[in-house]
Amino acid sequence: MPERKIRVLVAKPGLDGHDRGAKVVARALRDAGMEVIYTGLRQTPEMIAEAALQEDVDVVGLSILSGAHMSLIPPILKLLKANGQEHVKIFVGGIVPDEDVPRLKEMGVTGVYGPGAPTEAIVNEIRATFKPAR
Amino acid sequence: MVKPNIGSILSGERIALARLLSEVENNSVAGQATLDELFPHTGKAHLIGVTGAPGTGKSSLVNQMALNYRAGKNPKQVAIVAVDPSSPFTGGAVLGDRVRMRDLAGDPGVFIRSMASRGSLGGLARATAAMVQVFDAAGFEVILIETVGAGQTEVDIARLAHTTLVVESPGLGDEIQAIKAGILEIADILVVNKADLPGVENTERALKGMLGLAHPVAKVFRHHGQDMVSAGREPEGKALWVPPILRTIATDGTGVAELVAAIEQHAKHLHNSGEWGRRERARLEAELEGLLTETLVKRFREGVTDIRYEKMVDRLVQRKVSPWGAVKALLKGKNGFTAKAQD
Repeated sequence: MPERKIRVLVAKPGLDGHDRGAKVVARALRDAGMEVIYTGLRQTPEMIAEAALQEDVDVVGLSILSGAHMSLIPPILKLLKANGQEHVKIFVGGIVPDEDVPRLKEMGVTGVYGPGAPTEAIVNEIRATFKPAR
Repeated sequence: MVKPNIGSILSGERIALARLLSEVENNSVAGQATLDELFPHTGKAHLIGVTGAPGTGKSSLVNQMALNYRAGKNPKQVAIVAVDPSSPFTGGAVLGDRVRMRDLAGDPGVFIRSMASRGSLGGLARATAAMVQVFDAAGFEVILIETVGAGQTEVDIARLAHTTLVVESPGLGDEIQAIKAGILEIADILVVNKADLPGVENTERALKGMLGLAHPVAKVFRHHGQDMVSAGREPEGKALWVPPILRTIATDGTGVAELVAAIEQHAKHLHNSGEWGRRERARLEAELEGLLTETLVKRFREGVTDIRYEKMVDRLVQRKVSPWGAVKALLKGKNGFTAKAQD
């Protein structure tokens, strides 16, 4: 029987060196039956877009604690689009001030999660995004 | 989905390639149809398997090998298929091999694809062979296949690859581990990685001892003063391949050039001895047999209702029928596998 798994790239763009949150989310998505490609720390937007392309993911999860989200996310969105991956859903986790959330969503980010967000919420929102397809 | 255009695959269009890999991995109808069309374009790549216990440094070594193939005057197109385990409980997976391969980012001559094992037990996923065919058709000359961290019996890679590397590192086992059947036997090249760690000599000695005991080296025995050929000797003129043991340090690339040279030498040996053709045949036959088994089981299951199947499992649990008896009963008569469900 054809299998269809949700494939998620979990990446940490930029220079902050703390990836516990990204690992917790990766583990939670794994436990929810998804296939998570974990790429590690200090990724450039180019590296993230390239990995998303090669792995043909459905979702890219970005963990950003440095405060640089407003400058890191637009180039990632642009590169995904240039690669023909505008269908990929972007989720952001980390330290994002409330006033930036609507701006990120306007750019095309699907979900934004701050500290203390329950992992079930992330899992459910990703699943809901793919409901019609499966 | 629409069937991918094979022209875009053959011309190396990366998004088309990435999507086809997903179709093939999911064993979709479109994926199978495209694979049928691509198959005549396969058979050109050198398939190199990299296996070994978890944590021996397979991913880092693959990273260094790919860098080596990309360097120099004649860089080769390199594809990497990295398999990591799926959870047996949730079916999910964390695929982390890319973490060690960041040096390859931004090189258009490299394509890395991670795969979850999805319940397969032989060290690869069921679709790995098909994914490799896609890369082969797309013109990748070297395909590095990294297995899940393997123990002693995950030996499927030897059936898929032309050249199999078994990666060891110091401190993992003694001579007894080395003479057991299994993963060490499949090595065309033995790599002792992390060669900067203490104990590297012991690991190397254990492997050397294993080779001396188990391999059909062309030895000459003395018997009543006459030369006598040992039983393991192959016919005259056919060189034997004795797996070399190479030291590497994958974190800084030490020994990797020598390793790649040994891989190339092995390929040459396979061609000269006719072994390449034999391996190709054995591989395709194994693939055919695997697909045939899978298809027949699936077709049979479509003819048996879940209720009847579950009832049989109940009878098994109650010890009213043995596993063999259950198979015979399911295959017999009106529920034979060409028949449709009857009850």
